[in-house]
Amino acid sequence: MRRRSFLKIAGLSLAGAGGLPVVKALVPGERTEPGPAALRGKRWAMVVDQRKCNAKPGCQVCIEACHRAHNVPAVKDPRHEVKWLWKEHLENVFPERVTPYLPAEVKARPTMVLCNHCDDPPCVRVCPTEATWRRPDGIVMMDEHRCIGCRYCITGCPYGARSFNFEDPRLSLRGDPTDYPTRTKGVVEKCTFCTERLAEGRPPACVEACQAIDVGALVFGDAADPGSAVSALLRGNDLARRKPSLGTSPHVFYIL
Amino acid sequence: MLEKALTGGRRYWTLMAVLLALLVVGLVNYLHQFSVGLGVTGLSRDVAWGLYISQFTFMVGVAASAVMVVLPYYVHHYKAFGRLAILGEFLAIPAVLTCLLFVFVDMGQPRRVMNVLLYPSPRSVMFWDLISLNGYLVLNVLISRATFRAERAGRPPPGWVKAMVYLSIPWAVSIHTVTAFLYAGLSARPFWLTAILAPRFLASAFASGPSLLILLALVVRRVSRFDPGREAVAKLGEIVAYAMSVNVFFVGLELFTALYSGIPDHVEHFTYLFVGLHGHSILAPWMWASLVLAALSLVLLLVPRLRRNETLLVVASVSVVASLWIDKGLGMVVTGFVPSPLGHVTEYWPTGRETLIVLGVYALGGLVLTVLYKIAIATREELEA
Repeated sequence: MRRRSFLKIAGLSLAGAGGLPVVKALVPGERTEPGPAALRGKRWAMVVDQRKCNAKPGCQVCIEACHRAHNVPAVKDPRHEVKWLWKEHLENVFPERVTPYLPAEVKARPTMVLCNHCDDPPCVRVCPTEATWRRPDGIVMMDEHRCIGCRYCITGCPYGARSFNFEDPRLSLRGDPTDYPTRTKGVVEKCTFCTERLAEGRPPACVEACQAIDVGALVFGDAADPGSAVSALLRGNDLARRKPSLGTSPHVFYIL
Repeated sequence: MLEKALTGGRRYWTLMAVLLALLVVGLVNYLHQFSVGLGVTGLSRDVAWGLYISQFTFMVGVAASAVMVVLPYYVHHYKAFGRLAILGEFLAIPAVLTCLLFVFVDMGQPRRVMNVLLYPSPRSVMFWDLISLNGYLVLNVLISRATFRAERAGRPPPGWVKAMVYLSIPWAVSIHTVTAFLYAGLSARPFWLTAILAPRFLASAFASGPSLLILLALVVRRVSRFDPGREAVAKLGEIVAYAMSVNVFFVGLELFTALYSGIPDHVEHFTYLFVGLHGHSILAPWMWASLVLAALSLVLLLVPRLRRNETLLVVASVSVVASLWIDKGLGMVVTGFVPSPLGHVTEYWPTGRETLIVLGVYALGGLVLTVLYKIAIATREELEA
């Protein structure tokens, strides 16, 4: 066999071997459906009643519940922090609502931030591997096993809602890990509206924690169901959304 | 053909040894990053892309600039570029290689790189960028290989090469346009959200790439008996003069639109870049240096008497490359992240390890470039002897 023809055959075989996973990916695999107890919605949404939230200054219950439930690492270096739900100053979250005459303490008022589960999420548009996608019920999901860690979604998110694991998150877990899968270094993660809990018929961890201490500042439900508590709040209040002019249509609403 | 790269003088082997040493240092540092994570870099939650992606962006420009030699030579039959064309094509190959490597070393999960092909996502500009870059690499390898073989055999290149050359011209424009679209399509980053980004990328590419080529051509003339030609070098100088003028004009357009409209989301990024924001101004001295170098180069390039002086042309070329490297390889990407969408100012500066990884990637590009140029020069010398 001549060198050239050997190389050609070797090249073709390699290309063939490379094609196998493509075929595998195209063949439909097993589907896992949520059980009968699962909460089902057409368009999940959250209302954050910031007045109720601010009535309990310094409260961290929802943040702790979320980060504990999802094994979000407690990274010491603030530059490498991983967070799904946290507080920012009002002037940073809603700069268009801040006038020069507001007292400094109002500008600095803590405001809850999390993934907005947009109707048209820029992160989903830019992801080169479909590691993040929008479910039919509106939740923007993340597959940390497919993510290649290019951080294009972080760059594309107008809300700063996404975190990258700059270091091994398993080295800084908050106590013993829960059932929720821990992640590896080099992938992006964020709030998922607790899909794993919805599948078991339970509300998101933050919502449950906030209700458990009788604050009830976080209301979660189906915005497409007129009978839901979330729908009642959406109809009866002057609600704010973050950066509505960008056309992403966030589904986390604020009563400020 | 490759055997020509295996013989060389002391200077050749010294250069190869230095590049190889840098490559090894870069590789060792990369292996550390591979095992520990991207935390070893200066990147952060707020500044997601830094030196790696900046170098990628800069080198896409260098790769695309080969078209400034290819187009006059093949389309307009500008004969003076006959000896330069191969140097331009051989510069594009390592340039694209380093681009791809810079994206690779930036990945959090490099082992999953094939996911880009396994789950192709045409909605993502990154998908198209990888297609256009790899296609450009293939085109340049095929074209330069075929023309080089034909030249060595003393016959005209095969007919299909012409078609490929014509294809490579819009393709070169496309690689930098698509790279600009990576940035320009993001509502989250007002700094990049401008239609001038792609034209500006192209203008700066057509200034920095040919400048680099001038320097390389003069080095080649100095170390070998192969002379790319005085006329060719002078013509490249003219191309740089036009491209650099257009580039500076485009930067001016961008500054006007942002500063005159006064929209804070747009102004703040430029404030950070040139004077600093909330007491953070690490990039400002660099950007002023970039402006001074740009002004100096324009004086040297636009006055014909100065431009035709080869010593001054070297000064001008070095200034152009340095100015545009600071602009694109340091400022452009990072500033898109400062301030963050939540209004925070987190500064970025590359770590030592990160810088060594960057140098390692450049060293690999340099090795490939040296080998390709060695082959081209040795063959020319043989033909002319």
